Amino acid sequence: MDNPKHGMTLIVKTITRLTVGLILLFGIYIVSHGHVSPGGGFAGGVIIALSFIHILLAFGKEVALKRISYNVASFFESLGAIMFITLALLGIGSGYFLLNFISKGEPFRLFSSGLIPLYNVAISFKVGAGLFIIFVILVTFRLTKKDDRE
Amino acid sequence: MSLYFLCLVLFSVGLYCILRKRNLIKIIIGIAITEYAVNLFFVLVGYKMHGRAPIHAEDQAILNMVDPLPQALVLTAIVIGLAITALIASIAIRVYEKYGTFDITKIRKLKG
Amino acid sequence: MLELQILLVFMIIGAIVAVKTKDLLSAVIAVGTVGLGLSVAFLILKAPDLAIAQLVVEILVVIILIRATIRKDLPFSTSGRWFFNTFVVFVFLIVFLIFGYICMKDLPKFGEPIMKVAQSFLNNGLKDTGATNLVSSIVLDYRAYDTLGEATILFTAVIGVLAVMRKVGRKK
Repeated sequence: MDNPKHGMTLIVKTITRLTVGLILLFGIYIVSHGHVSPGGGFAGGVIIALSFIHILLAFGKEVALKRISYNVASFFESLGAIMFITLALLGIGSGYFLLNFISKGEPFRLFSSGLIPLYNVAISFKVGAGLFIIFVILVTFRLTKKDDRE
Repeated sequence: MSLYFLCLVLFSVGLYCILRKRNLIKIIIGIAITEYAVNLFFVLVGYKMHGRAPIHAEDQAILNMVDPLPQALVLTAIVIGLAITALIASIAIRVYEKYGTFDITKIRKLKG
Repeated sequence: MLELQILLVFMIIGAIVAVKTKDLLSAVIAVGTVGLGLSVAFLILKAPDLAIAQLVVEILVVIILIRATIRKDLPFSTSGRWFFNTFVVFVFLIVFLIFGYICMKDLPKFGEPIMKVAQSFLNNGLKDTGATNLVSSIVLDYRAYDTLGEATILFTAVIGVLAVMRKVGRKK
């Protein structure tokens, strides 16, 4: 991890090691409290993707892809889509598509409002993994030999 | 009224960039600026004077809230805009790799 | 709303700088200022969800555009019928602005929206869905088909980037 040949300088690496866990924790907080406070799956998913992009920019792509590999990110993207569709289809059993069928609970609590937190988690998986995949592809793309001369 | 017109001016700056510039990155920038203007216009239409954010509080009843429907529409539009920007940027990188330039007139010449 | 007008003028100046500057990296950073100004404008307009989303999305857009432009600072051509093209574009923009100004007189006044649909969401949202944040309850309960379509578009964009940037199967 401390290979000085890859990535940025020692200062950036040290700060990254201290802050990246806090950024991931903030993303998880934004996702899980999306139905009682500002936030939600979209913003939280982008923050989770940014925490891994932070590692990728500071340490280089080998370390970042060791933490969360391409297959794991692909798995989470598919998991988000399948989780959303499954939760939506379960509503058909007691009514119609996308029905919020379980108990609403007491308002202003973390475990309330039925299926909305689960939908938030599914959306955050999908957005976070998808943006991380897009960024990995854009960063690791190398131009062919002909244009490297410029 | 003046706010709507300033928003329209921002939109036309982005439209000018799309119509007049020949660099692919400038065209992406123009698309991003027009998208910002449209998002801002949606939220401006839904604003209520002296309104509060559409979030209920535990200890008091909030009666005067702004319109939450345009905010919900714009929330999906923001993430879609990010995905579209990434897609166009990847196409621009691929075009640069094939032709060695971002200029669209030169690309047209090299094609035939 | 004087602060909002000052912020919009700042955003327009940033957009003009982004359009007119020759250096591509400076143009990308100017677009970053426009997006961050938009984030503050959302916060003034009482939309905290959008402010958070716009802030983090803007950071990612700037990183992606810098990746696309880095070390590729090329001059672009200004030859051809420069005067004629600029004249036609300006005439079109002036006509567009005049028609837009006429159309805006039919819009509801700023600060007094027509809230026919939204009023029922505001009245019944907490009782129907149990979610305190009404934007979240609209995105994920009342209008959840929007979110389904958004997930589809994001999936399509990922597949599109994968197809454009693929390594194998390319003609040498």
